[in-house]
Parts: sequence; structure tokens; C-alpha cells
Amino acid sequence: MSEATATIEEKLSDEEKQVVRPPLVLNKRTMGWISSYISSIVEDKTPTWWWVSMGVTVPLTLMCLACLAYLIATGVGVWGNNHPVGWAWDITNFVFWIGIGHAGTLISAILFLTRQKWRTSINRAAEAMTLFAVVCAGIYPALHVGRVWMAWFLAPVPNANGIWQNFRSPLLWDVFAVSTYFTVSVLFWYTGLIPDLATIRDRCTSKIKKFIYGVMALGWRGGNRQWRHYEKAYLILAGLSTPLVLSVHSVVSFDFATSVIPGWHTTIFPPYFVAGAIFGGFAMVLTIMIPACAIYKPLHDLVTINHVDKMCKIILLTGSIVGYAYLMELFIAWYGGNPFERAAFWYRAFGPYWWAYAAMMFCNVIAPQMFWFKYFRTNLLWVWIIVQFPNMGMWFERFVIIATTLSRDFTPSAWGMFHPTWVDICTFIGTFGLFTTLFLIFIRFLPMICMFEVKAVLPEADPHHGEAHH
Amino acid sequence: MSTAGNKSAPVFGIAAEFSCARDLYHAAEKIRDAGFRKWDVFSPFPIHGMDEAMGMKRSLLGKIVFLGGLTGFFTAVTLEFVPTSFLYPLIVAGKPTNLFTVPAFFPIMFELTILISAFTAVFGMLIMNGLPRLNHALFNWDRFKKVTEDKFFVAIESGDPKFSERSVRDLLESLGGTNVTTIHGD
Repeated sequence: MSEATATIEEKLSDEEKQVVRPPLVLNKRTMGWISSYISSIVEDKTPTWWWVSMGVTVPLTLMCLACLAYLIATGVGVWGNNHPVGWAWDITNFVFWIGIGHAGTLISAILFLTRQKWRTSINRAAEAMTLFAVVCAGIYPALHVGRVWMAWFLAPVPNANGIWQNFRSPLLWDVFAVSTYFTVSVLFWYTGLIPDLATIRDRCTSKIKKFIYGVMALGWRGGNRQWRHYEKAYLILAGLSTPLVLSVHSVVSFDFATSVIPGWHTTIFPPYFVAGAIFGGFAMVLTIMIPACAIYKPLHDLVTINHVDKMCKIILLTGSIVGYAYLMELFIAWYGGNPFERAAFWYRAFGPYWWAYAAMMFCNVIAPQMFWFKYFRTNLLWVWIIVQFPNMGMWFERFVIIATTLSRDFTPSAWGMFHPTWVDICTFIGTFGLFTTLFLIFIRFLPMICMFEVKAVLPEADPHHGEAHH
Repeated sequence: MSTAGNKSAPVFGIAAEFSCARDLYHAAEKIRDAGFRKWDVFSPFPIHGMDEAMGMKRSLLGKIVFLGGLTGFFTAVTLEFVPTSFLYPLIVAGKPTNLFTVPAFFPIMFELTILISAFTAVFGMLIMNGLPRLNHALFNWDRFKKVTEDKFFVAIESGDPKFSERSVRDLLESLGGTNVTTIHGD
């Protein structure tokens, strides 16, 4: 058999040899190594860098919570929202954070359905990122309603107040879309965690840990009679999450597109929002994965340079779709012949918010073009620097869409600028603290790489490994 | 002859260890052909094609989730459309409440369909797998801890009509299983 393989290999031309895929796990790491290394991140003594990082992020989180408490105690007027800019940083930040979540679901669901096996080493962390981003996003719509204690009026609960929801309002669609998205993402994430929690349970030495991880692993035994239902459930969840993730940002874009505000009332919004969300989300995945792998260096055998290269290509693709959408918006504003639409886009590009528009164009359309060059896709430092542009650019995009559009009402007497207050600024900075704190807790207490899926893509996981091909 | 668990408790079954997915796969084919019913193979990850090797059909979960999805869809239809259009017509911005406005109800119908389907998928899977549970006889065997790391196991349960300690032990050994062990309950 080995001789046969050798003769076949000799016949391959250089071009054909390139078709052979590079291994997903480098340095011939074994199953045992994968378990022990990834579990050791959870099992070892808490490293110093973790405490130092928490020392920065926890105060930021507390600042965020303090601002929110101040807002609830005083009123939503502590934010800079006012006429005519009634939606400002609150909705900008909401759309920013919810968009970031989309990359996690894309990796876990869409790349699963399309059988992209390289996703296995990044999906766990990306899904966790999704959840934490949605937590940060959820703060804003919940708090911007003003009287937070009445937020339950959003739910269709029979009550004595003569209130029933308007189900034809995009704002209510949004409530359902975002809450469904969060719930399904939690279910998907936890389902993926069960076999890995069992690994940690089986390795634990302390009784308390064994009990906690044992309960969380739900008694998983890894029998094939369990795996077959498990795999089916995972496939179904991926199938459900795929249209769900596309719907969530579409529904978010409906909040704008179904209005009659110039600059918002466009049919291009749903696909353009979804592409932008994936674009910004992948940038955030790389932003947190590159430092995580720099700290835990052996992870480079699992999250290889090939993974980074592929994610950069997705950023380049989605960034170009976003760029196309920007240009198409401009074209339609001119070609559509609606003077209000034209004025809105003229104002975006050349009005007092020109700097936000220019920042958006530069960060989202021009900066990612660097990823056409392999050097920039495979040098981790460059990748990390370049992906900061989409991170910033996607925030500016939402700011441009929301604040610049609203600042020019139909009547010039109602025009006005938006100025954030210190509460706006501190809350937004604080959400980064919250996001990072949750992520740090995640990598400390849960396996950040999906061990069982990585084992399943090793060559020896194939039940016909080493046998002659028929 | 090695045993695990409380020796005075009833026998759960006999288990053997295998070192790789390929050996486990071929062992499963042989046990299937020997006509056993109550047995299972255990692995750190799902093995492609193991369902056929064990002679099992497709999981029923997909059909159950379809019912869950229907439940979600009809919940949304009832929740939104019936009150808003018929019982207590809610007229916002002068928009009619007739059938032509149905598309505006679609997003929530879609979301609830997905939501209930996802719950059905996860909880259906857990129920079909007999989870969650706090303990199991197999956990009495120390070597079984490696099942979530890099070892592979076969267990034939004592409830199987063809089960007899002697023949099962010989079968597992002839298939190349090591550390063949009788597992007792607690």
C-alpha cells in the first residue's frame, strides 16, 4: 500500500501538489496533547497577566454600571440625545455591538454548514464573543426606553393597562430578533460546550471543581448513541442559526429602512448591514484571538497562520461589499432624483460631520484593501493593526447613518448637532470593559477551543485512517 | 479478571478499551453482526460513519424539531395576527388590519419559529440521550475517564438478550479490546 501511494505521489505535477490541503493542526499534535493543553489553560494557576488585565477591565465595567445606575436614577436626559438627534450614541453603540456578534454565528453556523473544517479551532471563542457582544448591545435598547422598569411592556403579556404590542412595528421585530438571537446563541454555544465540559470534569482533581464541571457537563458519556442525536442537534442548530443571523441584522436595518427619513429609506440596507456586521465581527475575532494566541503560544498549532489568512480574506470580501454599498448609496442618491436624498448624502460627505464620513470610508473601504497582499494577511502584527480600522470604521458607519441623518430635519429651523455627554462617553468605554471582562472570565474557566471538534479533524480521527483507499 | 464499581451490585455490562477510531469502527461492525442490541461505543469525538457500523438509523430528532418549529410558527400567528387584526384591531398610522398586511407580521413569525425549534433541538437531544444525569455505572471505571481525552471504548450491557459474561468477554478480547472489565453499578 505504501509503495502504491509513493508512485501516485511521484506522478503529481507541482500544480497538482498544491491542491493537497495543508493540515488543520500543525506539528502533528495528538488528541491527548489537545486535551491536556487546552484544559491546562483552565486548570493551571491563574496567571499574572490575567489579574493585571482584570485590574483594568473590571473598573471599566464598574464605570459602565455606575453610569447606567446614574441614568436610571436621573433619566435618559443624562445622555446627549435631544431634538433633532433623538437616536444617537445609544443606537449607534447598539448596532455596533450587535454587528460584532455576527461573526461568531457566521463561524459557528454558516462555516459549519459549508463544511469549512478550519472553523473548528476558532468557533468556541468566536461564539463566546457573540454572546458578550450581544450582552453589551442589549444594554442600549433596554436603557434608552427611559423608564426601564416599564421595559416589560415590550413583551406581549396580557395586562390591565390597555396596552398591546404593535407587531407591525420594526422596533418590536427588533425585540424579538435580538432576544431570539441571544437565546439561540446561548443554546448553540452550550450544546457545543457539553463534551468539552465532560473532558474537564474527567481531568479534575479537586472535588468542588469536579462537582461544578460535572453538573455543567450534564452527565455526558460520549457514546455513539449520544453522539448521533448530538450531531443532529448541532446540525439543526447550525441550520437554524444561519437564517437567524442573516435576519437579525436585516431586522436591525429595518428600524431605519422602513422609516421615511432620507438616507435611511433604502432597500439596500439589509444586505449591506449584514455584510458590514460580518466585516466588523471578523475584525473583532482577530482583535481578541491574536493576543490570546500570543499569550498561549502553542495555540498557534491550532489557530494557524492559515486561519488568520482566511479570516483576512473574509474581511477583504465583506469590506468590499460594504464599499460597494456605500458607492451604490451615493449613486442612487444622485440617480434617484429625490432632492432630499441628494441633500442628505451631500451633507454626510461635505457637512460638518465630514470627518466621520471620511473616517468611515477610509477605515472600511480603503484600509482593508491591504489584505490583497499575502504579506499583510500572514504577519500577525500587521493583521492586528489593520483590523483596528474596521473596528473603528464600523462604529463610524453607524454614527454616520444615525447622527448625521437625524441632525438635518426636513425644516432647517429644526437642524442641530449632536454632542455626547460624559455619561455617553463613559458608558461606551465601559462596555468595552464589560466585554473584555466577560471574555477574560471565559478563557479562565471554560475551554476556549472546541477540543472534541479539533480532535475530529485530525487525520487519525478518520475510521479508515491508514487503510488503502477503495 | 478485572471489575469496577461495587461488586455486590448488579452487573451493568462488560467494557473494553481500544486505542484508535479505526479499531473501534471495525469492532462495532463485528458486534453489530454478532446481533447484540444493548451496547454502545464511546469516543472523544463523533466518528464519521459509526451509525452504519453500529447498524443504527438516522436520528429522529429532525422530525421532532419540525414539530417544534410548527408550534413556534402557529404561536406567532395566534399571538400577533388574531388579536391585532380581528379581536382588538390596532390601527397605527391609519394602516388597515386586513389580510394584506400579513407581511408585516412575518419577521416575528420567523423569529418564534426559530426560537421554539432551537429549544426543541437542544432539549429534545438531551431527553433522547437520557441527559442530564448525575452519575452512571460506567463512571465507576477509572479508565473510562480517558473517553473524553483520547481513548475509545465499547460497552455491552447485561440487559442484552445475548449477554453472557463468558462469551462477551471472549468476543471483546477477540476484537482486540484491552483492559476488558466487568462494570458493576453503585
